[in-house]
Amino acid sequence: MATLSNVTLSAESIAAMPAAIEARDVKLYYGASQALKGITMTMREKLVTAFIGPSGCGKSTFLRCFNRMNDLIDNVRITGRIEIDGQDIYSKDIDVIELRKRVGMVFQKSNPFPKSIYDNVAYGCRLQGIKNKSDLDDIVEQSLRGAAIWDEVKDRLQSSALGLSGGQQQRLCIARAIAIKPEILLMDEPASALDPIATAKIEELIVELKKDFTIVIVTHNMQQAARISDQTAFFYLGELIEFDTTKKIFTNPAKQQTEDYVTGRFG
Amino acid sequence: MTTHHDQELSELKDKLLTMASLTEEAITQAVKALVDRDDEVGRKVKASDDAIDRLELEIDEMAIVLLSKAPLARDLRFIVVAMKISQNLERVGDEATSIAKRAIKLNREPQLKPYVDVPRMAELALSMIKDGLDAFITRDAAKARAVLPRDEEVNAMHKQLQRELVSYMLEAPPNISRCLHLMQVAKRIERIADHATNIAEEVVYLHEGRDIRHLKAQGADD
Repeated sequence: MATLSNVTLSAESIAAMPAAIEARDVKLYYGASQALKGITMTMREKLVTAFIGPSGCGKSTFLRCFNRMNDLIDNVRITGRIEIDGQDIYSKDIDVIELRKRVGMVFQKSNPFPKSIYDNVAYGCRLQGIKNKSDLDDIVEQSLRGAAIWDEVKDRLQSSALGLSGGQQQRLCIARAIAIKPEILLMDEPASALDPIATAKIEELIVELKKDFTIVIVTHNMQQAARISDQTAFFYLGELIEFDTTKKIFTNPAKQQTEDYVTGRFG
Repeated sequence: MTTHHDQELSELKDKLLTMASLTEEAITQAVKALVDRDDEVGRKVKASDDAIDRLELEIDEMAIVLLSKAPLARDLRFIVVAMKISQNLERVGDEATSIAKRAIKLNREPQLKPYVDVPRMAELALSMIKDGLDAFITRDAAKARAVLPRDEEVNAMHKQLQRELVSYMLEAPPNISRCLHLMQVAKRIERIADHATNIAEEVVYLHEGRDIRHLKAQGADD
């Protein structure tokens, strides 16, 4: 299926798409301070949803709720409900390791393991018990191709991942994330440390990846959100101020606060 | 706080307003050249068209530089709308020049008839241009919308004038060349009203973010 461009995608057609992540009245507290003030929104399957907003608005915190990364932080309390494929991911019978296989993550700073390029990609699969060399070879090649880095590394798969450039390392991390075939990819400012060419490659890759994955991306770069995302959510002080098609948010937002933020007048 | 960016947008607006006032003046003077039978006034209209053309180029250049800074939301709409308004104003300038040229030709012959309808029509078209631009400045989408129905009035006046001129032609063949010039003058004014309509529609888009062009054609008029 050809991916729809965010220039033509309408709010009506998005509303008819199956939900990938449904958040209902999500509140999150770090000790006594409240970081998320009741967020309700639905992210759709195989779309790119961008979270924008000034630093400290809660967008990264919210993103980390989807694979329960906040569990790793002391003193965090979450209320409300988050469903992935209709399943409450905070229910007691959820296996968090299993959840994180379904919901992969790419971080702002690329974080390859100090291992070979091949082993970085194969790592998650080996943990899952895939031992067969030719199966692993296939997965590594597919994942590296999927992350648009295969041609650059195919002749040096056994070299250390740490010898790659920043942009290559980030694409390697994306290859590592997709190797275990998640349904959802969370990206927390994946291109903010990269130069424009490496950024363009990551952006191109994100648009390619949405054929197979649901993507949620946090970005400070509004033009990046405008280029790659289908839906955009604007957060401010822990609240979801506006959530609509990217086209609407960046050409004619409904809320004055959104308008002021995207035109650079506050935030 | 006025930012550097706000200042650049306001420079673009100022340039567009300069262009608008030259264009309005061109219409007024072109009609004056006809009604007062004044060739000198007509020649000035032609000269002022060069200034209007130059401003169109300058506005496009500024707008392209501003777009390269990747503006969003209202700022984005403002710049795109400024380019479209300037394009329409440039065409209005051309129409005014065309009227002035016909006026100079008509001035060489005795006046066919008292000019009553032409200045009325021109006044209405000019008021549409002025109100559209006022609405642009004052952020008044309702005022811009109020411009749109007036295009029909101009069209009706145009048709009536055409019929009248046809009857003059049927009456006496020596009238034909003057009638044809006057028909062209009326047609140019009718086009000015069309450009005014375009400008008003752009102003509605700027302030409301809603594209109201061609709604009638699509049968979705609201």
